[in-house]
Amino acid sequence: MTSQTPRRVIPNQPEARSRLNDAELAAVQNACAALKHLPGALLPILHAVQDELRHVPKNAVPLIADALNLTRAEVHGVVSFYHYFRTEKPGRCVLRICRAEACQSVGAAALEEHAKRSLQVDFHGTTADGAITLEPVYCLGNCALGPSVLVEDRLVGRVDARRFDDLVADARKAK
Amino acid sequence: MTAVTIYVPGDAAAVAVGADATAAAIAAEAERRGTAVKIVRNGSRGLLWLEPLVEVDTPAGRIAYGPVGAADVPGLFAGGFIAGAPHPLGHGPTAEIPYFKRQQRLTFARVGLIEPGDIEAYKRHDGYRGLTAAIGMTPAAIVECVTASGLRGSGGAAFPAGIKWKTALGAAADRKYIVCNADEGDSGTFSDRMVMEGDPFVLIEGMTIAGLATGATQGYIYLRFEYPLAKRMLQDAIRSAYEAGYLGADVMGSGRRFDLEVRMGAGAYICGEETSLLESLEGKRGQVRFKPPLPAIQGLFGKPTVINNVITLASVPIILDRGAEHYRDFGMGRSRGTLPVQLTGNIKRGGLVETAFGLRLRELLYDFGGGSLSGRPIKAVQVGGPLGAYLPESRFDTKLDYEAFAGVGGMLGHGGIVVFDDSVDMAAQARYAMEFCAIESCGKCTPCRLGSTRGVEVIDRLIAGDEPVKQEALLRDLCETMTHGSLCALGGLTAYPVRSALDHFPADFRKTAAARARG
Repeated sequence: MTSQTPRRVIPNQPEARSRLNDAELAAVQNACAALKHLPGALLPILHAVQDELRHVPKNAVPLIADALNLTRAEVHGVVSFYHYFRTEKPGRCVLRICRAEACQSVGAAALEEHAKRSLQVDFHGTTADGAITLEPVYCLGNCALGPSVLVEDRLVGRVDARRFDDLVADARKAK
Repeated sequence: MTAVTIYVPGDAAAVAVGADATAAAIAAEAERRGTAVKIVRNGSRGLLWLEPLVEVDTPAGRIAYGPVGAADVPGLFAGGFIAGAPHPLGHGPTAEIPYFKRQQRLTFARVGLIEPGDIEAYKRHDGYRGLTAAIGMTPAAIVECVTASGLRGSGGAAFPAGIKWKTALGAAADRKYIVCNADEGDSGTFSDRMVMEGDPFVLIEGMTIAGLATGATQGYIYLRFEYPLAKRMLQDAIRSAYEAGYLGADVMGSGRRFDLEVRMGAGAYICGEETSLLESLEGKRGQVRFKPPLPAIQGLFGKPTVINNVITLASVPIILDRGAEHYRDFGMGRSRGTLPVQLTGNIKRGGLVETAFGLRLRELLYDFGGGSLSGRPIKAVQVGGPLGAYLPESRFDTKLDYEAFAGVGGMLGHGGIVVFDDSVDMAAQARYAMEFCAIESCGKCTPCRLGSTRGVEVIDRLIAGDEPVKQEALLRDLCETMTHGSLCALGGLTAYPVRSALDHFPADFRKTAAARARG
């Protein structure tokens, strides 16, 4: 085999395509077409898909693998390695509570308890009304003004139980 | 009538405590009063307990007010703050605030001073002077200058930057890379973020100089997803730098190429480890590589790669501009230049303190920091992130210096200091260190992957009082195995917080269950 020969990969199952809805299919195909020329394109593609769909559907894996000439196992391995990528659609608002030491020193553990109790979910869970997904995060870089929470991509500092409840109420109101 | 310039930081930490609302309130109140104002969203000055820290530009200099909530704005206008009048929220000239005045700002010289996205403002404040100097030098001379400055990697390992660069310069290849490690995952650190949000061009300039020095033509900034604002600021700044001819095929008319791109991480702490980061940039799982080969010889896509932290690269322009001696004259022993310390956690006056190496921990905690936020005694500080040692009061006279910290069984790391008051349970902190390692382990080596999980279990049994003497011996043995058997610093350094908690706070591990419940 010469070095020019493309790597042989196991053919993808064609029916995977049909399990994505039109919007999902378009998002995955657009991301692949726009970014697959980049060196090390997999993470940029996964980010683009998740930015668009808020998750990376399991059935997107064969399509992405095909576009990059990777195996499905390789793509799945990457999706599952990184805490940020999710394969299930989250609630309308993803709320990340910092669990790291600087926030712990000013009461993050109590805030975490309050959040789980008041939302009646554990980490990675979504509230029954589909409004909020609760995630842990390890440092938001706001360590002098903790406890910190990331509401979608908005950083909020000095969050106590009351402030947390306000954030949740705002998130529930927003559509 | 000329508009008065008012600075309201756009830095993420300031915005997190309401700076956007404050800026909007100032605009609305000025409008209502018919006062002409120009609001500039600067970076943060680093006096974070005063955020949102509003500054008014007056003939007597910039006058600081803070923390200014939106509700305080009408009162400030009524009190004449537009002319810099005294006010209960006022602190006088920013440059005279002792916390700020005692600092020696080299790397952070412009952060908080200028509008970060404005390349013209950057140039007016000595920006691109380092690159201009570098263009007139041979690659070997640039490397020599960085080596002579004593600049060491600020990501944690403190490896001399010049030696890394020299290795990459000497490696022959058709393509080389400059990679900036902006995966600032250590708790208690935010200096990288402050630079990227407050002065992004200095990082771009530093990376460009690194490119000229080593013959690299492509740069990547590997940024964590937790920093969405830094991403926007960097992307905008890179676009401006391309438009102004500071990036691209012909950097400043030198005929040399340097391209730069931001790549986003995805929430894996381990990707702050340089070889994991390279794997991630290549589109793979962020698993640690064996070394050798060193990245400077075989790094990204198998090509010679200089990989440095944000602060390291952002310190390069001033070294090239002012000369190696200027930088080297700060500091002590083998720790030359300045260290941006981040004072965080349970501290009254948290923020960024950039000074020459050699300050004592105690001065930082009490003179700068003003003691704990809660007002209770400080029981422990963790220096150097989640893998740093917990130090008790008896170690507070340690000087901030890489070697001095190694001498007390700690490490300076990225300069983060997390303060805990006496309500902290150090056994719980030790358990968390193991738990964190278990969550973030890349899984490549056994001591880290399995050791961390076993570590949590052993600490649980120890806390429960289940044969405590045996458990402690087992835990120390496990720490030993992880230290010497792990591939990288994650498994290798998790023993630091655990062992230091055991050594300095043994009573916390022997509390009865009843005492634990009482707190």
